[in-house]
Amino acid sequence: MDRILVCLKRAVDYNVRIRVKTDGSGVITDGVKMSVNPFDEIALEEALRIREKGETGEVVVVSIGTDACQQQLRVGLAMGADRAIHVRTDQALEPLDIARVLIRIAEAEKPGLIMLGKQAIDGDNNQTGQMLAALWERPQATFVSELTISGATATAVREVDAGLETIEFELPAVVTSDLRLNEPRYVKMPDIMKAKRKPLTTTELEELGITPQTRVTVLQTAAPPARQKGKMVADAAELVAELKRMDLA
Amino acid sequence: MGRILVIAEHDGSELNPSTARCLSCAGDFSGLDCDVVVLAKDGKRVCEQAATLHDVSTVIRIDHDANEHALAAVQAPQIAKLAEDYSHVLGPSTTFGKDLMPRVAALLGVAQVSDIMSVISPHSFQRPIFAGNAIVTVETRAQDMVVATVRTASYQATADGGKATIESRALDVELPTHTRYRGTSGSGDGGRPDLQSASIVISGGRGVGSEKNFALIYQLADRLGAAVGASRAAVDAGYIANDHQVGQTGKIISPDLYIAIGISGAIQHITGIKDAGTIVAINKDADAPIFEIADIGLVGDLFTIIPELEKLL
Repeated sequence: MDRILVCLKRAVDYNVRIRVKTDGSGVITDGVKMSVNPFDEIALEEALRIREKGETGEVVVVSIGTDACQQQLRVGLAMGADRAIHVRTDQALEPLDIARVLIRIAEAEKPGLIMLGKQAIDGDNNQTGQMLAALWERPQATFVSELTISGATATAVREVDAGLETIEFELPAVVTSDLRLNEPRYVKMPDIMKAKRKPLTTTELEELGITPQTRVTVLQTAAPPARQKGKMVADAAELVAELKRMDLA
Repeated sequence: MGRILVIAEHDGSELNPSTARCLSCAGDFSGLDCDVVVLAKDGKRVCEQAATLHDVSTVIRIDHDANEHALAAVQAPQIAKLAEDYSHVLGPSTTFGKDLMPRVAALLGVAQVSDIMSVISPHSFQRPIFAGNAIVTVETRAQDMVVATVRTASYQATADGGKATIESRALDVELPTHTRYRGTSGSGDGGRPDLQSASIVISGGRGVGSEKNFALIYQLADRLGAAVGASRAAVDAGYIANDHQVGQTGKIISPDLYIAIGISGAIQHITGIKDAGTIVAINKDADAPIFEIADIGLVGDLFTIIPELEKLL
């Protein structure tokens, strides 16, 4: 295949302790560390490994959002992507509109694979890859922990509730990554310098002819009901006595 | 008035308990009738099981050779076609439903709501974001069909005792052939209770130390009739198969009793067990975060404690 398109979402870093705004209007994101959604980073790592095996010509990263998304695209370039596409918008797009935008990019780029994380760790929607595959009318392999390309077909091992499922599908296709697909490489200083010279093109969302819609409105954001710290027991006997008292043993 | 369609999850012969939990959620849409659809190669047995569940009006049986295995790309166009007669389409937020429902929604040109944990109104729901660190109340547009997954841990299975009619239907939909099922390898777990519906779950973490040591966890689980779970760290280390993973990216469960052994309690793991009735934590590190949310905590060496527990229980 000529190229793999990898989608990178700018998301709150996974180490950040999430706090809900006191007025219930959302989650505090001001001054919080932002990163590439970890699942997307795994997708990119896999695309780079496929290129290193000579099974694709280039790896193109794409991100949709404000100018700040360019930081995550630069991380992608530093990891080894060949070029980057930024679709600029100040609106927060829903998964269906993200998928519609990606279809426009796919029409222009004609990738053999579109890879992305199975979910973003902010919205936890787990939808974009599936929606993209539906609109593209192509196969989807979600929650993938092993991927093998052989010419015009691919084989994926998927992490499903029943264990590991293997499917075979024709390319082009959409693949969403699970955690055990690989361990992404660390970015080295010289790569960061080199990434600054790699091509990054910006397209305004409007130029793609997509008008985003608000289909789902968030009315309120609340902190979850907290579980309280319970009692500590000294040994196994006390633990069993406690369970018996609670009618659990 | 609307009508709800619930997508049955099954393995070809047995209805998955997630379907009965979805039906509980469907019951919270007051006044809406609910049908269940079974897509299978031969759905007779699964349809009969679905028909006994409470508050199901009709079980729609769609037999097709292409439905032998659940492939989202094959099932989605069939469900999108059926959905024309419904206001709501619900599936479980298991890997089956998560794979399928967004594809259905995109074909219908509507949004999908993930992980409904409570129904406020027919178009308003609560769902978790940020690994359960925040709960949002969302509202979909009144004119849109609602396509959603149900967070199964938030609902009890609906009762038996229903007598729904089973209706066979054939759909005139073109099905893709670009995706082929090749097999599933699962741990099966030797007839032990299913992790997602067991009333007692015992999980091991990195502290268990090895695949061999997990035998201790299994022994204790068998003593209590419990299912066996694991933290991501234990699965990553190869101590146990992936289908045991509990947490944000594994299974979200709500047993009556959850015993975490040698698990430190990363936020992603806690997300998977928040709805448990009682949480017991056993860990040698007194500062492990798991103790902050455990109802009963015991600091100590699991290799000493587990044999003691086995004697006492």
